[in-house]
This record gives sequence, structure tokens and C-alpha cells, in this order.
Amino acid sequence: MSTFRIASIAALALGLAAAPAFAADTIKIGVNEPLTGPFAASGAYVVNGARIAADEINAKGGVLGKKIELVIEDNKSNPTEAAAVAEKLITSDETPVMMGAWGSSLTLAVMPKLEEYEVPMLVETSSSGKITTSGNPFVFRISPPSALEAEAFAPMVPKLGMKKADFLVINNDWGRGAAADFGKMLKAGGVEVGLVETMDAGAQDMSAQLAKIKGTDADTLMITAAVDQLTLVFKQMAAMGVKKRVVTTGGSQNPDQIVAQAGAAAEKTLHLTTFLPWDPAKTPDPKATEYFLAEWKKRGHPFAGATESFRGYDGIRTIAAAIEKAGAAEPKAIQKAFWEVKLTGLNGPIAFAKSGPEGKESGQSKPGVYLIEIADGQIGEAKL
Amino acid sequence: MDQFLQHLVNAMVLGGAYALLGIGLTLIFGIMNVVNFTHGALYTFGAYAMYIAAVSLGLNFFVALPVAIVAGLALGALIELVLLRPMRGADIDTTMLVMIGAGIILQSGTLWTFGGVAKSVPAPFPDAPLELGPVSISWLRLFVLLAAATLIACAYAMINGTRLGRAMRATFQDADTAALMGVNVKLIYTATFALGSSLAAAAGALLGPVYVIFPQMGDLAAVKAFAIVILGGLGSISGATIGGFILALAEEFGAGYISSGYRDAMGFLIILAVLLAKPTGLFARAERVG
Repeated sequence: MSTFRIASIAALALGLAAAPAFAADTIKIGVNEPLTGPFAASGAYVVNGARIAADEINAKGGVLGKKIELVIEDNKSNPTEAAAVAEKLITSDETPVMMGAWGSSLTLAVMPKLEEYEVPMLVETSSSGKITTSGNPFVFRISPPSALEAEAFAPMVPKLGMKKADFLVINNDWGRGAAADFGKMLKAGGVEVGLVETMDAGAQDMSAQLAKIKGTDADTLMITAAVDQLTLVFKQMAAMGVKKRVVTTGGSQNPDQIVAQAGAAAEKTLHLTTFLPWDPAKTPDPKATEYFLAEWKKRGHPFAGATESFRGYDGIRTIAAAIEKAGAAEPKAIQKAFWEVKLTGLNGPIAFAKSGPEGKESGQSKPGVYLIEIADGQIGEAKL
Repeated sequence: MDQFLQHLVNAMVLGGAYALLGIGLTLIFGIMNVVNFTHGALYTFGAYAMYIAAVSLGLNFFVALPVAIVAGLALGALIELVLLRPMRGADIDTTMLVMIGAGIILQSGTLWTFGGVAKSVPAPFPDAPLELGPVSISWLRLFVLLAAATLIACAYAMINGTRLGRAMRATFQDADTAALMGVNVKLIYTATFALGSSLAAAAGALLGPVYVIFPQMGDLAAVKAFAIVILGGLGSISGATIGGFILALAEEFGAGYISSGYRDAMGFLIILAVLLAKPTGLFARAERVG
């Protein structure tokens, strides 16, 4: 009996000793995404896009002679969980760099942990301006903040003939930030801003808000929400006979899913997106876009998810480029290297410019923003 | 005024579905003394059953609806037979924990089977809404209101007008005496849980096509069902019906005239007020003592 015990303890000790040795053969990248909860669908797309990038990089020999390994954790669409996941990735998995956390409120909850442990994070989806203006030098963002998106939309406003706009936004940092930034841009362009209505992240019935919006004289309704909620808003608008031009922001609209689920209710809606998978030839790097879309299809993922998953793909490619530049898989070196990264993402050149208070700047890349329209169930660039 | 009428119409439609949710929960609590934490999961189950019947199997919408409700009935009976019957007489906390576990299993099972992407069920109604002067209402929502009203009426008739219903009410008043009078209490429990479950599934099957269907849709529905039951008084069926409409009115008018950001909080403000003034709920039946 005692020999057995000694043997098992020895085996256990050996096992423990062997684990870090194995881990050192790969470079770990933490991935902090919502895989359950209201944003589950989007988070899963981003993770699947990230997997394509990791496999592509590893097939070409990895980074610094080592394979990269994604450590994927579910933040449950919950800011508290997102912060806990970040802490777990940093302290227990010892990831030198992370990607996350999809939603603005999720990312904002993670940010203090980045400062505490001095580990950089690439932000792939979040739009709230606060993320890159609050003085966190560990944040590098490839998605456009609402202000950048609004700036890209500004020249299209007069072409659309907008006079007065109402807002219906998700009640969190993302939605309220978008309402503020787009509102400012519209007012500067001489467009009146009417109602600003909010809806909770999980809310399914927006009839009260829409009844109010129906009664105003605004010609346009600007909506910021994730795809599932947008589908509901469109269906409920049709049901209540709300007839206004609709422009959605935030880049998480997933137009194919909207067409499939909202049908006729989505006709003539306009959407600001950051990727054009419907027309690879028009993207900044057509070959990369085609490779990515082919691989996405080969893995059996729905085409509708591509507008979301490309961020995960670009995010991991950007992180890999930073590790390569850093020459070591260490947080400090990677943080420094992010500033020198230059690559062509699927939605434009990725390079980080300084944003936020001096001395503590965050990195912000400036991706392309496109206005697309759903017409006769087809998705294409809006003709202005 | 136009806006007021639109809010009122919206609240009536929502209230019908809320009432269905509330009745199912209050019935189970009142008769069985079980806090049913699978209620939200059964609501989700009803919606997915509707999706399977109407989309995957391609059944007619009006055939798929009763199929989904019967599926809810069957699942409810199964849960009662497998989980609750062996637990009878156990501490209420133990039962509660088991039900929380069952709820988690059902929700995770749905996520595992169908994935996180929302599904939608097409309804055979015209897209253009019914316009009554300044008020618009979609045909689907009108159908939901009528169907909910019919189901509520059926539940009432069953409980108040049939032998089974009388046995249920007897069990509610005093299970031991009812058993002595020859009521098969075990059977009543199974029937009650199945009936309550089928009402939750019916609410899910009716609202699924109105909204979208996803694995976590039951979470908010369950919270609202509990709110309605507390509002109306534990175990009171008419209380749950009226409670459902009060909650819908509070949400709709609160969001319309005060702040849409606090829509889901409005109902709970009312509940706080009710609990302060009348802690047993608005329509609780006087508890039998001794």
C-alpha cells in the first residue's frame, strides 16, 4: 500500500513538473469572449475567426519558432465575469497578451486588471470611446470607436437628406457612447437630434420605445444594438407601422442574419459596417479575404458570422505580428512592439496611433467604415 | 392620446403572455408548495418545440402550436415523475436546489443542441399591421392575445369545472384531508406540474414567433413570472392573471412616459409598493390555520 502511495505521489509530482515544460513549447494568447449569455453568438464567431488565424500562423511555423496556443475563456456576457476571466488568464495561464472582450462594458471591466498586472490586450470589437481615451496604456484597439465611425458617416449625412434623427440604443457603454458621439456629429452637421431611447441588453420587447418614436417628426432612426436585438426592433417597427429611415451603428449587425430572420422588415435599412465579405474584391486585401472566407466556409460556419469573426482573425494576426516584433513572449516587450506593428487587415491597414491623455496613451487603429443597404433581400454598398 | 392608446394596446398583448407565465408558476407553488426554478427553461423549451415543429418538421403553424404545448405537458410530467415524486416530503430548500439544477441542465442542453445563435419562427400572418385609427397592432400579436386569453379561460374552466380541478383545489386546501377523501394526491401533483409546465411552454411557443428564440430567453421570463406571482399573491390564479396585466401596464407606461432605461425596473417598483402595503400580495387567499 505504501509503495503504491509513494509511486502515485511521484507520478503526480512528475506530472506537475512536466506541465510547465510542455507549456513553454507554445506561446499562449488569452482570448476573453462572451460564449454564453446575450452576446454568445457574436463571441463564438470571434473565437472561431481567431482559431483560423492561429491555425494559419502555426501551419507556417508559428511565431519565434514556437506554436501559438489560444487559451479561450467564456466571460458569460457579464462584466464581472470578464474581469475574473482576465485575472485567471494572466495569473493562472500566464498569458503574456490577450484579446477581448467583445462588448464595451466587458472590455471596460477588464481594463483595470491590465493596469494591475501590466499585460497588454488587443480589443477587437468594442466601440465605446472611453476605452481608448481613459489613459490605459495596455489597450490596443482595431475596431473603430463610435466617434471614428461617426466621422466616417458624416459626409454621407447630407447625401441621405437627414433633417432630424431619433436614437434607440442598447443601455450600456456601447449604446450610450454611440448616441453621444453620433449626436454630436449630427448636430455639428446641422441635423436635429430628437429622442434618445434606451433598451436593456436582454430586452425583447421594445414596443414602448417604438410607440414613442413613432410619434415624432424625425426622418431617421439611428439604432445601436447587437444583431438579435436589431432583428426584434425591425420586426416590431414593421408591426407598429413605424416608417423612418434606419441606420444602425457598431458593426455587430450581421446583415445576413438580419435578412434571414427579419425578412421584409429589414428592407431598405442601412448599416455601418467595417468589413465587406459580400464583395471580397473591394476589400483592402482581396486574397486574404478570400482565404479567410473559404476557410470559414470549410469549417462549416455560417456565412452570416463573417462580419463578426473577421475581427478575431485580424486580432490574432495583429497579436502574432506584435510578438514577432517583440522577439519574446513577454508582456512588456509585446506592449512596446504593438506600436510598431504594421499589417493589412481584412478591413484596412492596421497600425496604432496614440489616443488619450499624454504619457498613458492607448493604441487605436483606423479601419475602413462602409455603409451598406439591404434591398430586395440582397446586401450591397448603399448607393448615395 | 394616440401614443397612450398604442401603449395600452401593447400592454394588453404583453399582459396576456405574462398572465400565462404567472398562472403556470402560481399553480405549481400553490398546490405542490414547490418553487419551480425550471419555469424559465420550460418557457424556452416551448419556444424551441415550436421551432422544431414549425421549421424543422415543417408543420403548419396552427398545428405546431398545440404540438409544442403537449410537448411542454409531457416534459413537465417527466420532471415531476423523475425529480419531484422521489423528493416529496423533502425540505423545500432541497427541492429548490434540485429544481435550480434541472433548470441549468435544460438551459445548457438547449445551448448545446441548438447553439447560441437566435432562431426565428415565421408566422402565417400578413406583414402589414392592422391599423385602427392611430393604433397599429400586428396580426401575430393579436393572435397571441386571443390564444393566451383562450388558454387562460381553458385553465380556469378546468380548475373550476372539472373533477380533476376540484381534486386540485381540494389538495391545495389540505393535501392530507384530500387524500383521506379518496383523492389520488400523487396523480394530482403530476397533473398540476404538467399543467403548469404546459402553460409556460405555451407562453414560449406563442412569444417565440413574436420575438427570437435563444437558449437564455427564459431567464428574464422567469424573473417576470416570479414577480407576477408575488404581485398577485402566491397560489392565486386570478391574482396571477391580473398581476400579469398590471406588470405589462407598468412596464409599458413606465417606459413610455418616464424612462425606457428603467423599463424592467418599473414592474419591480410596483412589487415593492405592493409588498410594503400588502405583504401577501394583492389577491392571496387567506391561509388556513391549523
